[in-house]
Amino acid sequence: MTLPVLQIEGVSKRFGNNLANDDISLTLAKGEIIALLGENGAGKTTLMSILFGHYTPDAGRIVVDGTELPPGKPRAAIRAGVGMVHQHFSLAPNLTVLENVMTGTESLWAVKSQTGAARRKLLSISERFGLRIDPDKRLGDLSVGEQQRVEILKSLYNDARILILDEPTAVLTNIEAERLFTVLKDMARQGLSLIFISHKLDEVMAAADRIVVLRRGKTVAERRASDSSKAELAELMVGRQVERPVREPSTPGALALAARDITVWVNGVARLKSISFALREGEILGIVGVSGNGQAVLGQMLFGTCARTSGTLELFGKPVADLTVPDVVDAGIGRIPEDRNHEGAIGEMAIWENAVLERISSPAFSKNGLVNRNAGMAFARRIIEEFDVRGGTPQTRARLLSGGNLQKLILGRNLLQNPRILIAAQPTRGLDEGAVAAVHARLLAARKEGAAVLLISEDLDEVIRLADRIQAIVGGLLSPPVEAADADARKLGLMMAGEWREVEDAV
Amino acid sequence: MRFERREHRPLSLLILTPLIAVVSALAISGILIALAGAPVLEAYWRILAGAFGSRLAVSETLTRATPLILTGLAAAVAFRARLWNIGAEGQLYLGALAVAAAGSMLLGGLPGIVQIPLLLVTGAVAGMLFMLIPLWLRLRFSVDEVVTSLLLNFVAVLIVSMLIDGVLKDPMAFGWPQSYPVADDALLPKLIARSRLHIGFGIAIVLSIVIYFIQSRTVFGMQSRAAGLNPPGAVFAGVPLGRTLLKVACLSGGLAGLAGAIEVLGVKGYVTTDLSPGFGYAGIVVAMLANLNPIVVVLTALFTATMFVGADGMSRSMGIPTYIADVTVALSLLTMLVGLFHSQYRIRR
Repeated sequence: MTLPVLQIEGVSKRFGNNLANDDISLTLAKGEIIALLGENGAGKTTLMSILFGHYTPDAGRIVVDGTELPPGKPRAAIRAGVGMVHQHFSLAPNLTVLENVMTGTESLWAVKSQTGAARRKLLSISERFGLRIDPDKRLGDLSVGEQQRVEILKSLYNDARILILDEPTAVLTNIEAERLFTVLKDMARQGLSLIFISHKLDEVMAAADRIVVLRRGKTVAERRASDSSKAELAELMVGRQVERPVREPSTPGALALAARDITVWVNGVARLKSISFALREGEILGIVGVSGNGQAVLGQMLFGTCARTSGTLELFGKPVADLTVPDVVDAGIGRIPEDRNHEGAIGEMAIWENAVLERISSPAFSKNGLVNRNAGMAFARRIIEEFDVRGGTPQTRARLLSGGNLQKLILGRNLLQNPRILIAAQPTRGLDEGAVAAVHARLLAARKEGAAVLLISEDLDEVIRLADRIQAIVGGLLSPPVEAADADARKLGLMMAGEWREVEDAV
Repeated sequence: MRFERREHRPLSLLILTPLIAVVSALAISGILIALAGAPVLEAYWRILAGAFGSRLAVSETLTRATPLILTGLAAAVAFRARLWNIGAEGQLYLGALAVAAAGSMLLGGLPGIVQIPLLLVTGAVAGMLFMLIPLWLRLRFSVDEVVTSLLLNFVAVLIVSMLIDGVLKDPMAFGWPQSYPVADDALLPKLIARSRLHIGFGIAIVLSIVIYFIQSRTVFGMQSRAAGLNPPGAVFAGVPLGRTLLKVACLSGGLAGLAGAIEVLGVKGYVTTDLSPGFGYAGIVVAMLANLNPIVVVLTALFTATMFVGADGMSRSMGIPTYIADVTVALSLLTMLVGLFHSQYRIRR
């Protein structure tokens, strides 16, 4: 066993009353990939920020290659070969890839910037690790996955030997994520050491050599990926056994929502191409697909924020014209948006305001243009109580809620109205295991109550567990439905690749 | 050094921020006063005395605060919805011009009780219409309203200049470019006899309370705040963005136009191109110092008026240019912006 390249020894960090890191120790060997697994708020990001010098630890030390890093000095960390890929990229969209990579590497007083040498170095790195990129493209024109590649290249350009990735797959599609892990493994083979933060069990099992589980600021376990299982890791991470609920059989009722030949053009591009589906009361219809294939537009069309170009839509057997948001809300359609932080809530407004904003014109919450604050507060209190929203009172700003609690607030404001139809777009994206189970239970309860649920998701596991029938969306086209009982990951994978005709033939 | 967002903003911080900002601005201006060779504390004492030292001084300060409250409200209302109306100055002039035109020609014969409300509405509508230009450009072509509303200020003054040297020119003014005066019946009643203080001050106070009520209690207030804070979120929640901004623009432009109308009917009686010593721009400072709170706008307008009125008296007795008031007010905007930043973020090393 060689000397570890990185040792974290007894690191503690306290924020107010909250002990974010409690005596955490960790070692990383050359060529090793460690996954730091834990729920949101377990202290993963804090630990990595200490390692990178963003925070000063209250106790403990960081040793790289046998020398201790001075605390709270990112420059020293970079010089020692630590590179960090942030969840929210710290890149400038108006500069080219090359300029972004070079930023901060040259002296401000340098007479001439060494663009030629930098370009050669960048190209050789990108060649060596298979991170292909055009150095002269403007960053803003790149996809999120490509931007992440630039962020990684920037660290490598600074001669990083230890690379830290903060939830690298949070912004990626499944295929991009797979490609990323192939690259990361290759980097490890070439002698780099990596730590990546995640709360997704599948990817830590697939990509990491060793898995360190954090819970409430403490290391609770360390496992070799080969000696562990998803079930064990889930339990370690949450601290108790988590079972995602599974649907019970039910008999679907009347037709709630029928879409026929719906086409939507957005900015001159056909995002939905003549799609049809039927949704019945008491069932969950799953729409799976890799993001970017039209499911976002499908959601917006049903939410009332995007008009259809052609096709008919029927609600409970009656054709409806273009839907506006108030139409949708008044029709008793619950809406769970894909992006809960930017669409689902207004962070700087209070929880109670977020609870009532979409219904503010209804007589329940306002009269003659005057807001009934008491009714709003009472409604928010009911949501907080019945949906177990933690971390705030009705007057707290919504921004202070964690992702899972914000999602419970959004679920609550919809489900307390007993919607007859519920449109849920990516309802568990980015949530930790406990919150996922809570959201699933709510969706199944709504189905049991007789609501018609449309579940748009890219999480196959989720769709297979919850949905009665499943359709795949690919390039704006919708496959015919399959019964969930007949579906497995392989079959859905083929459908998501647009090969549903072959699937049908095979049956 | 890094900035960390404060999760909770304590009330004490919200109150202290503007106070500290004003004190810092006074301290920095004090350096300039000292450089000019005058004793700093005495200079400030004279400013206070100049603004509040006599019945007349107090009435002058309140008179000066009246248009500042209104332009401050105009800015506060718009900024709350992230509509950057920098054009209050121009809207004020158009409001004044409309009042002078209507008061001297169309409505001049009506009794005061009828004429005054009509003229006030006329001024407000003129300001509104003038604000609709930048709003339309923004909604239709996504043109930044900071630029358009700012530049329209100069257009407005040029329109005034053209008309008061043309069709509206008062032939009795010994050749000075000024408009026909409004009828005597149209002048606002005085609040204090033998002073310039008029009921416009009362109107401004009432409006600040009304605006506060609109913002905190009405559906429109909630929707305009949502539209300003997070447009995609507001759209998702069914807030009609365009219509909400239209209402905000009308309210903001209307308040600025009303400021012009009240200044004509309450103080001058006619329009010249120096009707406003930058009331529209000072309104931005007033609104920012008040952290966009309509009630606090009254206080910050009083502070600004104190500086302007007091500096006149101080200047006469101590030989320091009155521009020190402009410097202090401008500095207080800068210190307030720094203060606001600190109340939202804390600095970590």
